[in-house]
Amino acid sequence: MMIREFSRVETVEEVGENIFTLTFTSPLISQEILPGQFVNIKGNQYTDPLLRRPFSVYLAEQDRLSIIFNVIGRATTLFRNMKIGDSLDVLGPLGVPYDYDSPTFHTAVLMAGGLGVAPFGILTSYLKRSSKTIITLLGAQTSKRIVTHHLEGVRISTDDGSSGMRGTVVDLARTIFHTVKLNQPKIFACGPNKMLEATARMADEFAVSCEVSLEGPMACGFGICQGCPVEIVGQERKYSLMCKDGPVFDSRSIRFPR
Amino acid sequence: MVTSFRLGSAVFKNRVFAASGTYGYGDDCLDVADVAKLGGIFTKSLSMKPRDGNAPPRVVETPSGMLNSIGLANIGVEKFINEKLALLRSLDTGIIANIAASSIDEYCAVLDVLDAEVGIDAYEINVSCPNVREGGLSFGMNCELTEEITHRLRSRTTRPLIVKLTPNVTHISQFARAVEGAGADAISVINTLIGMAVNVDSRKPALSTVTGGLSGPAIRPVALAKVYEASKSVKIPIFGIGGIMNARDALEFLIAGASAVQVGTANFIDPAAGITIAEGIEAYCLQHGINDVASLVGSLDVGEALSVLDTWV
Repeated sequence: MMIREFSRVETVEEVGENIFTLTFTSPLISQEILPGQFVNIKGNQYTDPLLRRPFSVYLAEQDRLSIIFNVIGRATTLFRNMKIGDSLDVLGPLGVPYDYDSPTFHTAVLMAGGLGVAPFGILTSYLKRSSKTIITLLGAQTSKRIVTHHLEGVRISTDDGSSGMRGTVVDLARTIFHTVKLNQPKIFACGPNKMLEATARMADEFAVSCEVSLEGPMACGFGICQGCPVEIVGQERKYSLMCKDGPVFDSRSIRFPR
Repeated sequence: MVTSFRLGSAVFKNRVFAASGTYGYGDDCLDVADVAKLGGIFTKSLSMKPRDGNAPPRVVETPSGMLNSIGLANIGVEKFINEKLALLRSLDTGIIANIAASSIDEYCAVLDVLDAEVGIDAYEINVSCPNVREGGLSFGMNCELTEEITHRLRSRTTRPLIVKLTPNVTHISQFARAVEGAGADAISVINTLIGMAVNVDSRKPALSTVTGGLSGPAIRPVALAKVYEASKSVKIPIFGIGGIMNARDALEFLIAGASAVQVGTANFIDPAAGITIAEGIEAYCLQHGINDVASLVGSLDVGEALSVLDTWV
């Protein structure tokens, strides 16, 4: 059930270099949302920015939701500058969640490239509820862009070596899969397309199942605009929709966008 | 208060409709919109065979608007009838099937398939999609072809026939007259304007097809002028379309000469936008002592003023 809700901004916090969390009340959507699902938010009543902006939900606690974002353009600047009590127009829960409680895995390997941590707070809390073992691998350019709030079993890689292993998060995962015998692992990945594609290849090498959460431009967030095609393999039709059929996909079911 | 709108054999509850390609087949909007309060739903364009549509990226936001290049992605007319039509029919709102095609024969074939089904109130013929290389604008920018398609389809159905015109022509009034002459019951004015955006960092176009169709509030003044121009050249009703976000926007179109309006891009932000607009029009009429929304249509008071359009209309 898709819900439209008018929410009140509770906090805006800087949690890393140009990385912010926005927390808002959302008594209805917060009760429904599952890990990997997203909300589509409009922060003004005007026509510029015009469309809603889609965000993974980072945390859902009591009647509140939090999102995490980089400030890139006008809409994210608007969100960063919001004050307590400001109003948000929120549509959600949207999309399909991660398969977080399947009996087919025991160890959840969460892999984030950059702001790929965006769905991982809520995913961690659900995995804990399902008594899964959690390893979280975070990759970023530098230590200043690492966010670990509400995550479990964190290992870090940075491009510049300022924190953790020097290299990519896929390099880090590779060393772990090579050196540690994980009990029925499954990868949950989120990040840039290139990182996800490399993650999917690695998952295949180690014969580990892998779900990826994609990000891309969309207008509506629930299927009517047809604006967010994802190329799929082995089906009669060529595309699925990122918003409605995703944003979470089995890594073997799609062709990664370039 | 009279809000209803008659078009040939069809009677709609009010004059506010969801535009084609912005409401799917209605079923995705039901959680947040009481669609029975719309005048009707124009379906996503239907072609004979399913169409995958264009490669991503298909959408990009621009100032107070958006560019799209969906490329007529749709499930095909057969699947529409088998999987969508029954639900649409149950929604207690008008159903206008939008038809897109790559050839005149395909337009006829899709219409024939739909015409055998009950529960479709009217057809809208899309000769104005800017995002496909076959069909679309190659028809809609050619007045003789637009006229011929209208003529051919007219002879095949008694249901109301609405032709959706493109603004990407020199004089839309010429096209409006041509389709009126060929027997169209109404025209939709306007489809999207050809537009473009560039990512200066990658030096790549923002859309996979380089250019796309511009919609949203950015195009409203252009759309309004096209409706005004068309309304001066034909007697058949006009569906005004272009960046309508609220009741006042819709009223502009009615006053300028549109008999009804279609709400498009606004649905992406709020699928109930059309319902709010219909209620707002009613509230405006109550406030101004108007007892039939029809009396607003073309009520623009220009006095002695002349537009540049008057030199060619």
